[in-house]
Order: sequence, then C-alpha cells, then structure tokens
Amino acid sequence: MDVLGRYRNLIVLVGVLFAQVLGLAVQVKRTNDSESTRLIRVWAVGAVTPFEKVLVWVQTSSYNLWHNYFYLRGVRAENRSLKAQIEQMRLEQVRMSQDAGQARRLQALLAFKEQFISQTMAAQVIGGSGSELSRSIYIDKGYKDGIKTDMAVITADGIVGKVLRVYHSTSLVLLIDDQTSGGGAILDKTRLQGILRGTPSGEVVLEKVMSDETVPPGELVLTSGGDGIFPKGLLVGHVTKVSPGSELFLNIRVRPAVDLNKLEEVLVVTKIDERQAEPEQTGVARAVDILAQRLPGVPSKPESPEKVTPETGATTGTATTGTTNIRTPSTGTKTGEATGTTATGAPSLTGSEGKPKTVPPPASANSAPVVRKTTTPPSTGSATAATGADAAKASPKPVKEVVVPQPPPAAEDSPH
Amino acid sequence: MFPNLHPPPRIAPTNVAITYTSGEQVEVYRFNLPATILIPLFAIFLQAWLSRRFPFFTIFDLPLLVVIGFATARRNPLAGLFTGGLIGILQDALTHLPIGLYGISKTVVGFGASSLGIKLDVENAGARFLLTIFFYVVHEVVYFMIARGLVGLRMAWSWPHEILSGVANAMLGILVFMLLDRVKQRT
Repeated sequence: MDVLGRYRNLIVLVGVLFAQVLGLAVQVKRTNDSESTRLIRVWAVGAVTPFEKVLVWVQTSSYNLWHNYFYLRGVRAENRSLKAQIEQMRLEQVRMSQDAGQARRLQALLAFKEQFISQTMAAQVIGGSGSELSRSIYIDKGYKDGIKTDMAVITADGIVGKVLRVYHSTSLVLLIDDQTSGGGAILDKTRLQGILRGTPSGEVVLEKVMSDETVPPGELVLTSGGDGIFPKGLLVGHVTKVSPGSELFLNIRVRPAVDLNKLEEVLVVTKIDERQAEPEQTGVARAVDILAQRLPGVPSKPESPEKVTPETGATTGTATTGTTNIRTPSTGTKTGEATGTTATGAPSLTGSEGKPKTVPPPASANSAPVVRKTTTPPSTGSATAATGADAAKASPKPVKEVVVPQPPPAAEDSPH
Repeated sequence: MFPNLHPPPRIAPTNVAITYTSGEQVEVYRFNLPATILIPLFAIFLQAWLSRRFPFFTIFDLPLLVVIGFATARRNPLAGLFTGGLIGILQDALTHLPIGLYGISKTVVGFGASSLGIKLDVENAGARFLLTIFFYVVHEVVYFMIARGLVGLRMAWSWPHEILSGVANAMLGILVFMLLDRVKQRT
C-alpha cells in the first residue's frame, strides 16, 4: 500500500497513457472510426464552430457593407471591362459549343457514359483543424442541409477535397493536400493516369506514373473520375516539377489550381448524374434526308419572313451568320453548302415545301451514308461569328463583323 | 478542472521534495471553474481559427501553452496530466486523425510540467522561456513517435524546424503565461 501511495502519480500517468494508447489502437484498427469517437468529436465541434460561425458572419457582413455600399470606386470601369470580356467569352462559347457537340456525337458512337454535376451547394469555410498534420477545413453546411460524406468539394477554379465527416450544421472537408487524401487524376495532354496524394508538408503529388513516360512541366492535371468522388474532367492543377521517383515511378509535383490556404467559399457537389451521351438533335444529317430535299417539288409560299435559299437548301434568318458546309465523311466531297443557321441554332435545312426543317438525329451509328454539318473554320475570313442558339439569344441585334478569336494556347506555367 | 484532486500542501508532507527557490517556498495556484473551462476552449478555438486565416500560425500550439501554464501554476501532477489529456483530446477531435495523438502528448507534457514546476521556480520569464522550449520538443517527440509508430502517418523530423518552432512558442508562451497570471488564484 505504501508503494502504491508513493508512486500513485506515476501509476495514474501510466494508466491514463495506456487507456489512450489502447483507444488509439482500436481506432487505427477499425476502418470506420466514425462511431467510436463520434460523441467526442460532436462535442468538440459543437463547442468551437459556433464561435467560428459568428466570427465569419461578422467578417463577411462588414466586408460586404464596405465593398457593396461604400467602396465603389472604379466600378464603372470594371463594368465596362467585364462587358467586353463577356462579349469575348460569348464568341468563345460558340466555338466551344460546337466542339462539345462534336464530342458528344463521338461519345454517343462509342456509347460513353458521362458524369454531370447536376447540383451543387455553396458553403462558407468557417475554420480549420488547427493542426499541420490535418489539412482540413470546416464548412457551414451539415446533414441538415443534405450534405453527406464523400461528396466532392470544388470551386470554380478546381477541386478542393471531399467531405469526410458530417455534423448537424457543419462538415469536415479533407483537403487534397492532406497526406491521407487520395484521388484519381489524369494528365491533360499525355492522358497518363495516376493517383493524386498529399504529402506531410502540404504538397500535392501525382503518383504511379511510370518513369519511362515524358511529362512536361506545366501540363494540366484533371480528375479522372475513377475514384467515384470527383466527376471526370475537373481541374486539379498543373505540373510544376517532374523527377525520377522510387520503384520506377515518376515523382510529379502538382500545384493545385485552388489556393487551399485562402478558401472562403466552396461548392459541395450534392448530385452527380450519369447519363449516356446523346448527340445533338441537329448535329448529323442523313444523306437521304438531304437528297430528299433536293428532289424537285412545288415550293410553297414560306410562312415565315425568312429568306429562302432553294439552291442551297437553307434558310437565312435575322440572326444567321456563318457558312456551313456539308461533307461526306468518307470522301470529304462537298455535297452542298448552306449559308447559315436559324436563330434557334438548328441547321435548318429547307424541305421541299420550303419550310425550315430540323435534321433528325441518326437512327443508328451504322445507318448509311451519313453526312456531317461542319462549320468553316474562322480563319477563312470575317463574318463567322454567332452561329449558335446561345449567341442568337444573347445578342438580339445582328452581330457585326468580328473575327472569332483563336483559342488561347495552354500556358505552361498557368492553368488558366 | 481538477483543482482539488490532490492539493499539494505548501510544505511538503511526504513524497515530493519541495525545494526553496529565491529564498521563498514554491507557490501553488488554482484557477476558478470558468477559467478552467473557458481558457482551454478559447485556446483551441483560436488555434483553429488563426491557423485557417494565417497559415504560418500552425507552428504555434496555443493549447500546449495553456497546458504548460496550468500545470506549472498548479504544480499538481495529477491535475496536470488530466488537464493535458482533456485539452489534447479536444484538439484531436477537431482533426480528422484518430483521437489520442495530441491527448497522449499533452498528458505527458502536463504531468512533466507540473512535476518540474514543483522543483523549479517557474515564475520568471527566463525559466518559462526555457521550460516552454523543452516541453514543446518533448511534445513533438511524443507526437512524432505515436503518429509514425502507431498511426502510420508519414512524417519527417527536422531538428532546426522543431527548435525554431519551440523558440517561437516560448516567446508566445511568455505572453500567455502573463495572461494566465492574471486569472490564477493563490491557494
């Protein structure tokens, strides 16, 4: 008894340490530790996050008050600049929508399934873990808002991380630069796939890329969609350094597109749809339809004030611009030429009755001779802008002669 | 939180040898209940909040400074280890890592700081500075061993980094201890 009394402090210390080591071992052993320690975490998060929310609210409110009501210097100039930027982006959007349509058609031929982000929820970052070894953040949305674990968290610039734990009104998000995080990634140009991981020092590396491959610095890194968390094609960052690693793999360092230390608002991907890619209704025309339109017939009086061009079998509406060629893909022979599209953006081929006719989708990939409507490249000259529905809707006035800008080359050191 | 678990007498009764420093007996202090609860919570909150806003703040460990401050003021090993353990577990709960990493480290520090506080005069700034550096390194060593050995985390040990962090924490610790001096009460 005397010995116990004399070494009581040490005995208690050993007992407390033993209990904690035991608890730690149990947590490590279990793959799912959310239940065993849930109560402690709920208490801790419940004690700390309300203060963080209040502070964030005060900070945001004062910032908004100042910037939205008092500090409006330079807003007009910025507005003009943004309008010009929007115009440029509209033009680029037209070009990209055509590329996307072509990609959809090809995907449909290959029976690809695509993942679409169909629903997101904006959330505010209210705090962090406070530890160097736990690179994670807390957001102000929890299970009462519909957040679930393993949901992807992104921003407009790129991916951020995934939801790890969900509480009543807050959630813990594991950042991609944490050493316990991981995800599938693919290099944009070389299409090499690897595993994205964080390091203890907070860097992001791409692992499992064979060392005999060539990866240039500056190449964009995208999500591959293979992890089941991030939809395919989201920007991760760009390669900053490539060096030989261990075990025949390259050591590829990636700079995240998002500044993970300065996150204020994020988007939680709450719903991802997976659907078969469908070709655009107007993308491909069958040769038989076009031949049918060329058959002689009695043209009726057009019901719309649109100008009919019977020779080319196309209508020209008020918002029509651009030149459309129809080529057979097998021979590349030009079989016809349409001089525009309607305001709806559909490649409206005029039928025998002179009415605008929308080209139906192909019956199948094997249907006989297929012709594809392609647009002449913008380098051919002027007046090739605003050929799509978006442009027509967005700009009610006829578009002036503008040259569609060429897509900017991918910067070597910048992902944007 | 445990002010009366094992209240050390002003004059050593049996097992703990109280030394005399500066010609005076070692003082023992206590903290009232609100301070005992709110100060650690506030330290954990500040650690999480400031680390997010200012990433460099992750080199500091405010809860550790509070553990050392409480332990050296109370000079009660049991109170020190329980306070350290609870603060560490709360700190663990905010991370995504298993609970116990900070808990074990701060239990050791709380016990050690209170045991050392019995033997040394930790009232002056110089002693506090050195004590904080020492216990910061002890904390990091214990954390490193557990994180690598038990949890399997990949960690790299860097003495320069740890020493510099220890100095930074010691400088901040002097301020924290001064604030704690204002709320501690003589028994």
